[in-house]
Amino acid sequence: MKVREIVLPGDLLDERKGRKLGNGVYEENDKVFSKFLGVPRINENEMSVIPLSGTYLPRFGDRVIGIIESVEVSGWFVDINSPYSAFLPLSEGVDEFVDLQRSELTRYFDVGDIVFCKLSKVTKNKTVQASMRDFESRKLRSGVVLKVTPTKIPRIIGKEGSMIMMIKNKTECEIVTGQNGLVWIKGENKDNAIEAILMIEKESHTIGLTEKIEKMLGE
Amino acid sequence: MTKKSDTELIISGIRKDKRLPEQTREIKMKIGNIVSANGSAEVSFGNTVALASVHGPRPLFPRHLQESQKGILRVRYNMAPFSVVDRKSPGPDRRSTEISKVTRLALEPALFLDDYPKVTVDGFVEIIQADGSTRVTGINALSLALASAGIPMKDLVTACSVGKINGTLVVDLNGEEDNNSEADVAFAIIPNRNLVSLLQMDGILTKEELIQLLELAKRTCKKIYEMQREALLEKYKGEE
Amino acid sequence: METYALELIQNGKRIDKREFTQFRNIEIKDSVIDTAEGSAYVRMGNTQVIVGVKMGIGTPFPDTPNEGILSVSAEFTPLASPEFESGPPGEDAVELARIIDRGIRESKTIEMEKLVITPGEKVRSVFIDIYIIDNQGNLLDAAALAALSALLSARMPKLDVEGNIIRGEHEGKLSVVHKPITVSVCKVGDKLFLDPTKEEESILDAKLSIAVSEDDKICAMQKQGSKGIEFDMLEKMIDIAIEKSRELRKLVK
Repeated sequence: MKVREIVLPGDLLDERKGRKLGNGVYEENDKVFSKFLGVPRINENEMSVIPLSGTYLPRFGDRVIGIIESVEVSGWFVDINSPYSAFLPLSEGVDEFVDLQRSELTRYFDVGDIVFCKLSKVTKNKTVQASMRDFESRKLRSGVVLKVTPTKIPRIIGKEGSMIMMIKNKTECEIVTGQNGLVWIKGENKDNAIEAILMIEKESHTIGLTEKIEKMLGE
Repeated sequence: MTKKSDTELIISGIRKDKRLPEQTREIKMKIGNIVSANGSAEVSFGNTVALASVHGPRPLFPRHLQESQKGILRVRYNMAPFSVVDRKSPGPDRRSTEISKVTRLALEPALFLDDYPKVTVDGFVEIIQADGSTRVTGINALSLALASAGIPMKDLVTACSVGKINGTLVVDLNGEEDNNSEADVAFAIIPNRNLVSLLQMDGILTKEELIQLLELAKRTCKKIYEMQREALLEKYKGEE
Repeated sequence: METYALELIQNGKRIDKREFTQFRNIEIKDSVIDTAEGSAYVRMGNTQVIVGVKMGIGTPFPDTPNEGILSVSAEFTPLASPEFESGPPGEDAVELARIIDRGIRESKTIEMEKLVITPGEKVRSVFIDIYIIDNQGNLLDAAALAALSALLSARMPKLDVEGNIIRGEHEGKLSVVHKPITVSVCKVGDKLFLDPTKEEESILDAKLSIAVSEDDKICAMQKQGSKGIEFDMLEKMIDIAIEKSRELRKLVK
């Protein structure tokens, strides 16, 4: 089975040569090293390493799938598959004017509801705020939520969405991917979609995966 | 602590288990043996077998233990009741409390904990079979578990034991050698940085002997480090 | 994934495509721990358990002067699951140990009279320590299988003329005369299934664990889970357990 190159924490990648440092690397004396067991991404402009495993760390602007974990006075805490929860303030979750004397917040989102939202604020010590103001954000009703290693999501989406589009077309399922490693799937053939996604997660570092998935879904 | 040196552990330069002084026991390493953990590994040095697993990063309670600027590492080292010939009562004792602490200090310098404020990375070492050098076997295993859990690290951490038995300097002491040594040393190093993160010594040594032992430990750790690398790369290659 | 597992079961299917009475792949290895008198490693799917049998000397209980001592304990070590906490055994670990203890004791699996050295004064003690290494569901059945295999592999330490143990020497095997097998039958609505995965365990209504000896006799039983079991379902569950126990017993040497 052919695999992409893999580096270990502490491996020397290259001299920095003025390049931008992305995720997963650190610098010492102008030399750049890997922080993770993962796949290196090095070009003339940027150096980074994509870890093969790990927990999701929230980043500003990420689009994530969350599960409402508690209802507070002026908003909700959302489990975003991270040691850090996100807070969704009332004003960011609901468009209309809400009279708190008259309405219960549970009318809009209750514990256990699944939402697709955007991380609108992430402070240095990881206080996270979510927002559902943009048009892509919404409540995801019924369906199932699958948990995968967050760093594998780009592989599941594919180049310009090619992989996920293929899976959606062949299984006729609705699929939403969160950058935090959660994938929401709804449809009659969700079993096939789930199988395909889990296979991508397991073999994301191999070559020839697209053909393999295509073949599997064709059956 | 005085050590007995009257037991014949080495005869004509060959140890009782037929090893040469600078030879380790057979070392085996396996990654990912515990599905329920974020990262796990099993490492054995001869008959000493250590399992390690990592849960986290995860939220830390009670909140007053949280550090707002960086995450913390917690380590629990424990020995199973059946791991030793005279059954050990389950649960922590003073020895395992101390070893938990030095294990944590051996690994902490290698982790990037400022990437994870307010959370904890929990590491667990269980010795399921003990035949000397348990803490260093545990450190080798936990280091692999941390890397495979995707915890950001400066480097791996590699550990080994060295000591003096019947006047000879040796590597990787087994249980009998440990109990009858003139001196024994537990050593851990961050290999690519040459930073020593664990150093404990028991017994009597001249300075020259100590320096020699440290060199020996460093050389041995280099070989063990190569095995750790192999084990991690192996895990992600031939999985079919 | 839990709600998905529930949905599948209600529709007669399982996440890993198994039949309802099918166990995951089982692997049993005995004599894996050199420092123990007997030991076994069991893998059931991704659940992993190690059991060590240690033997020593002790004073018999006053009401059973002619019997050895049997003690079973279980550690749900935090290594094995993010849900397990450090510290003394919680109620689940205590319960598991006690169920396995009863299965072995009530079925008279070990010949306790053969463990006597001096009646009323000195007897052999048998400690069974159950160590969970990876919790991926159905710990009880896996642990019971491992405990039985460990006992069957156990050798008795040799005693000197004063009745003290000579470490490193053995005199014969521990006398194990029965082979009780534990099967936990799980219930969701009117569906019954065996060997739950971790996800399936979290959605079941109730579970009935039954220890069956080789002559199809029941030697221990324990209901677990937060919901009740309809009375009329009990017999069916027991039948399933008896039938499956015969199949599992063949895996034990």
